[in-house]
Amino acid sequence: MTEVRNELVRKRYAAERRFRFYGAAALGLTALFLAFLLVDIVSKGLPAFRETSVEVDVTVDAAEVDPANLAGGNYDKMIKEAFRAEFPDVKGRTERKALSALLSSGGADTLRSMVIADPALIGKTVTVPVLLGDDADLFLKGLLTRVKTTAGAMPLHIAQLDGEEGFVLTGDKAGEEAERQLGLAAGDVIRFKGGALRVTGPQNGYLKAEPIFAPDPAITTLAAGQWDVLAFSVPESNRRISDAQVLWLDQLKSEGRIETSFAWRLFEAGDSREPELAGIRGALIGSLLTVLVAISLALPLGIAAAIYLEEFAPKNRWTDLIEVNINNLAAVPSIIFGLLGLAVFLNFFGMPRSAPLVGGLVLALLVLPTIIIASRAALKAVPPSITEAALGVGASKQQAVFQHVLPLALPGIMTGTILGLARAFGETAPLLMIGMVAFIADIPSGFTSAATVLPVQVFLWSDLPEMAFQSRTAAAIIVLLVVLFALNAVAIYLRKRFERRW
Amino acid sequence: MFVWTVLLIVLMAAIAYWAGRTRAAGLVTAGGPRLHSLPSYHGLFTAAGAMIGGLALAIAGALAFGGQSVATPVAAVVGAGIGAAPLYAKSSLDFRARNNFERIVLVLLICCSGVAILTTIGIVFSVLFETLVFFRSVSPIEFLFGTHWSPTGTPPSFGLIPLLAGTLLITVIAILVAGPLGLLSAIYMAEYASPHLRSVLKPILEILAGIPTVVLGFFAALTVAPLIRGSGEAMGFSVASESALAAGLVMGMMIVPLISSLSDDIINAVPQSLRDGSYAMGATKSETIKKVVLPAALPGIVSAFMLAISRAVGETMIVVMAAGLAANLTANPLAAVTTITVQIATLLVGDQEFDSPKTLSAFALGFVLFFFTLVLNYIALRIVQKYREQYD
Repeated sequence: MTEVRNELVRKRYAAERRFRFYGAAALGLTALFLAFLLVDIVSKGLPAFRETSVEVDVTVDAAEVDPANLAGGNYDKMIKEAFRAEFPDVKGRTERKALSALLSSGGADTLRSMVIADPALIGKTVTVPVLLGDDADLFLKGLLTRVKTTAGAMPLHIAQLDGEEGFVLTGDKAGEEAERQLGLAAGDVIRFKGGALRVTGPQNGYLKAEPIFAPDPAITTLAAGQWDVLAFSVPESNRRISDAQVLWLDQLKSEGRIETSFAWRLFEAGDSREPELAGIRGALIGSLLTVLVAISLALPLGIAAAIYLEEFAPKNRWTDLIEVNINNLAAVPSIIFGLLGLAVFLNFFGMPRSAPLVGGLVLALLVLPTIIIASRAALKAVPPSITEAALGVGASKQQAVFQHVLPLALPGIMTGTILGLARAFGETAPLLMIGMVAFIADIPSGFTSAATVLPVQVFLWSDLPEMAFQSRTAAAIIVLLVVLFALNAVAIYLRKRFERRW
Repeated sequence: MFVWTVLLIVLMAAIAYWAGRTRAAGLVTAGGPRLHSLPSYHGLFTAAGAMIGGLALAIAGALAFGGQSVATPVAAVVGAGIGAAPLYAKSSLDFRARNNFERIVLVLLICCSGVAILTTIGIVFSVLFETLVFFRSVSPIEFLFGTHWSPTGTPPSFGLIPLLAGTLLITVIAILVAGPLGLLSAIYMAEYASPHLRSVLKPILEILAGIPTVVLGFFAALTVAPLIRGSGEAMGFSVASESALAAGLVMGMMIVPLISSLSDDIINAVPQSLRDGSYAMGATKSETIKKVVLPAALPGIVSAFMLAISRAVGETMIVVMAAGLAANLTANPLAAVTTITVQIATLLVGDQEFDSPKTLSAFALGFVLFFFTLVLNYIALRIVQKYREQYD
């Protein structure tokens, strides 16, 4: 009998432990998901906070710059010519194009601003940091392909094939398969002074190779240590940077001319079609304007509505209706508010599309229920004795509410408002409806100029095919999350600092 | 001109306040009768007159001459004068300025709380109106029961069923993820966690709840979807790159904090006496939770789930970014489906022509969505309300 009972108790305790474990596991999974999300986004976004540039010695050609119109000079041409001059071996048209493609189309901006700041530079040679294009930038950050460079450990013989394009590589030991002997695989690049070859594959016990930079025909044997092998993790056809470009960048890097610096551009530039030039300033300003409109409308309206409903409203059908209404509005999908904005503000009132003013109006309606509910809770938390005391010494009901209850409820109202603000700041869907999704390169200048907001910028960038934009998107998300966490931290601080338990 | 008008009205109100207050204060004579209201109330009452008059004439001026005209600020100044003058003249020793001013404030407060009603009316009418226009070109029967959706096809077809099915599929996946996770977390937080552990765990859920959905959409599209596709194909399934599973999973994680915080509140609201009774009978903690607390909290938990469903149905960004555009009628979570919100967003982003059924169909979809979530929310909120009264 006792054994049966012990067995039962043991089982019940096991069930207890299991159940408790399920609860902990659920929370653990949620925390794990959050950690995975944040780590994923931070690791994707961090590279975008650094940009790479190459130092180029440029002679500011007096013929290209009109001293009366410094900004109009053809700096791009000067920089490209100076950059090409660094690689005198590069002759072919396509090769020269590939070389220039390493530089960003916005690379000339630095030189332009330097010359504008100091016109005396005209005719002189200056060292300018020129921004690299997105592919070169990604490669240098190691995001396009990994490159393993090993020094050649044994002599290598190069022979040009007769009659056909290409070379044959052989090692020292006759009879052994060249591929294994030299440790080379198809796609590897052999670099040596005076040329570079790409291994194409084995043929009749030899290794065939094609030229990247055609070597001097006089070179037939390279001693050990005179050549390097570059092995790529991604084959050339699958990456956006060619072997030749990699070799050029490697050369620049070994000369110590590649510089990385903090990408202030991300915060200083508007949107752009070129990933390396695109920034979030326009979206940030747009967000700021939109949220400003939203909060300056929703805050007074919300507090007033909350005061009425909590302190003055008689209990009747009308106030019941308002209450049910507010609770329902708080749960209406945000995209519906976008439809409202489109139909009422844009179509009916004819307000401008894409404007922070309209966005702010829509977001104000969106966060209004949240603010009303939070404010009502804060007003409710103030004990009735406060009102009664005020009434007792002869205050009117309004005096009691506005001079005594409201100040005591204000920290709670502010907390709720900041949380509403955070929600408005992160909202995307309704703003898509009112045209805040256009490509807007200019920084918005006012409440009615075309603008976009940070979450919409994230949405727009996430859709673009360039890999560099993926990183920019994650960087924009990091900025967005930092702002939101800061807002939440302020709300928590307010709650902790001013919360009163009655 | 707008800024000038506002500034001028504020300035006129300030002048009116000062004038009204000074006049009232001047009425008092040493040893004589006292004012009914404090001088500042006389000032406020006059200022309110200036505000109302100024605003009214400014709006009239803007409508008559256009907002950019100089006439608007001029009208504002004139209106403020006209509004303030009679109130200024009214002031006397026994004039009840406070009562009158408080009446104005009360009306203002009522108007502010009416904005919520106006918003609802605005939503209903804007959606309903365009929907009716839409039904002129497409019959409601075809819209509600059609099984083919392609608004840009020739001829276009507007059948709601595939969209409903897609929405349902993603919602079911989301609830299957969020339901157990959210409920179990709530139980653990309410019944097992020490106060210290709670203060660590709660922020985790709050952070997750505060992450914008566009961020979750980015994560779903660029990290979760490839992950699911990769592992699914490794196991030999064919997985669409925009599978319903990826969107549903991330949406489920988005809803976990909602279900958990609502259920947490509800479990905490179950009276301790019920638990004590159960313990006294020798039940273990988990038996008490399963057999006493949860049944008592059931209505509230049901309503939490309903709010979660309504949230999942109305969620836009995650599905826009991670779910597909093709309206497939399928129950396979590995296939690409589309949802109502995705279609609204794609139909209305870019150029809109308000005479084509393509644009109008988005409003019809919005109407369906609004109606659906409204019913769910209403029932859920009623249950919560009833339930709260039960234990209060």
